[in-house]
Amino acid sequence: MGAELGNYKSCVSARSTDKEILKHAQDGGIVSQLFGFALDEGIIDGAIVAANKEFAAKYPSKVMADNSNFDMIEPWRPIPAIVNTRAELIAAAGTKYNVSPNVSMIKEATRSFGLDKVGIVGTPCQMQAIRKIQLYPVGARDVGASIALAVGIFCMENFPYQSILQLVEDHAAMKMESVKKMEIGKGKFWVYGKRGQVVQLPLKVTHKYEQPGCKVCLDYVANLADISTGSVGSPDGWSTVMVRSKIGDSVWAKAMAAGCFETQPIEKVKPGLELVTKLANEKISKNKKNLEERATFGVGKALRNPYI
Amino acid sequence: MFKKNVSAEPQKPVAPQKAADVAKPVETKKEVKPVADKITVGYTHLSGCTGCTVALADNYAGLLTLLDRYVDLKYMPTLADARHIQKVDVSFVEGSVCINDKLAVEEIKETREKSAVVVALGGCACYGNITRFSRGGQQNQPAQEAYLPIGDLIKVDVYIPGCAPSPQLIRNVAVAAYLLLKGSPEQKALATAYLKPLMMAADKGTSACFCDLMTNVINQGLCMGCGSCASACPVRAITHEYGKPQGERDLCIKCGACYNQCPRSWFSFDVVENYEAINETIMAALQ
Repeated sequence: MGAELGNYKSCVSARSTDKEILKHAQDGGIVSQLFGFALDEGIIDGAIVAANKEFAAKYPSKVMADNSNFDMIEPWRPIPAIVNTRAELIAAAGTKYNVSPNVSMIKEATRSFGLDKVGIVGTPCQMQAIRKIQLYPVGARDVGASIALAVGIFCMENFPYQSILQLVEDHAAMKMESVKKMEIGKGKFWVYGKRGQVVQLPLKVTHKYEQPGCKVCLDYVANLADISTGSVGSPDGWSTVMVRSKIGDSVWAKAMAAGCFETQPIEKVKPGLELVTKLANEKISKNKKNLEERATFGVGKALRNPYI
Repeated sequence: MFKKNVSAEPQKPVAPQKAADVAKPVETKKEVKPVADKITVGYTHLSGCTGCTVALADNYAGLLTLLDRYVDLKYMPTLADARHIQKVDVSFVEGSVCINDKLAVEEIKETREKSAVVVALGGCACYGNITRFSRGGQQNQPAQEAYLPIGDLIKVDVYIPGCAPSPQLIRNVAVAAYLLLKGSPEQKALATAYLKPLMMAADKGTSACFCDLMTNVINQGLCMGCGSCASACPVRAITHEYGKPQGERDLCIKCGACYNQCPRSWFSFDVVENYEAINETIMAALQ
């Protein structure tokens, strides 16, 4: 208790002042606006984001050249990509609700993509991964110092692609390609169709589809990010923003001075930090219990605990 | 042919003169700012490709600062005059041990006897790495076919995995070793916490493979698809299928980088949550 929100220097409710970004953003357009500003100012020279099939088709040189045949990639499957312009940022905006291994590009970004100052957006576990890379760079020569801005997103759990497929097509009875937006909020999983139809699923239905690796996660609000953000705590169309590190503080101050964001004090908005704290507590205590159960999982046999 | 080249006379007068010119200012500097409390370090080079040596040297100015203030390099092939093993606080060992080579076996044993702390540097010393694939037959020592990670012959205290290990990890471990041996109580505590996972890795074993990600992470229900493993792999053997690592096992060189870089192999909140302070401490130490 008390440490569930991690260390942070300031916390506000914010949204982007860029109308174009807001049109494509999940909530307040914080990530897109921050990266857009950081690109304009030369704070970063590229960012690793979760893009999709359409992005890969439009910008084939910005995604990792691996074995994937991009024609075979399904709608709503995230593809880690490097963006260097605002147009690319907007093309990749929005939450995908399934696993995008963004950290897989962190070394490549400094190699074939030639970046010296890399931005990366990711879930709390991905922020843990990049801090481990900075402190214990086992296979990451000269990468740590190139990470110029790490933006974390609040995360209760993530889903494998096939889970999202099952939730959307079987439970919500919609075609993946006809989905305009997905969202988790107000205790429900929302699927918005391109024709305007909306289906809501109770989170009780989604729980069994969660990725197992999320059940040992002890971080809800990306404690290790430079800046973390998420919709929880803020009104619709706004995001809660927590500024955490020295880098985060400096970038946020510059972005505010440049008029990138409209803000409200977090104390003044509903539901505010109280809800963030409540959900963080729920996640952490549930997963601490899971970790304890792993210790006595079998008969005299434990499952491995990754934390030391 | 090789011997002849080495003893080629015309080059001799030029080289020592140059070396003396370079050595002189360095020596005077040493006398001006003597550092009493350095730790003594040695470097044993067994069956490795010198990539780890290069990685150490790739700290550039950082290496010079280390040598200037914190580390007395007692012996090391390539970078120091003295090459034979001496009594030291910390020994770095590069390469695996060819057990068909008496000298190599003697050297690793002597390293253990004469060092307070033995650090296995790089994939070969930790896990065998590419030397795991040796079946002998190579010139000019065809009978040298059996290579073991040093942990199969001696007790190893700390692992620095990676092929090659990153210059920054070598630097961090060197600074931590200094703080552990010569620092204040708080610095000792910090250095102990920092080194603990690398000490646990040394206790854990001497084999590594992409399969570790399957058996110890995914099979244990711990993978959350961050992508660290693919980024760490030096041979690009790992891609991601639907957010989970997919290894091309024929490409895997068994260096252990993927598993050790994975945040779900080992993760210390005590250390990582203080990443800003630790990075600042290390950078300040090298200023």
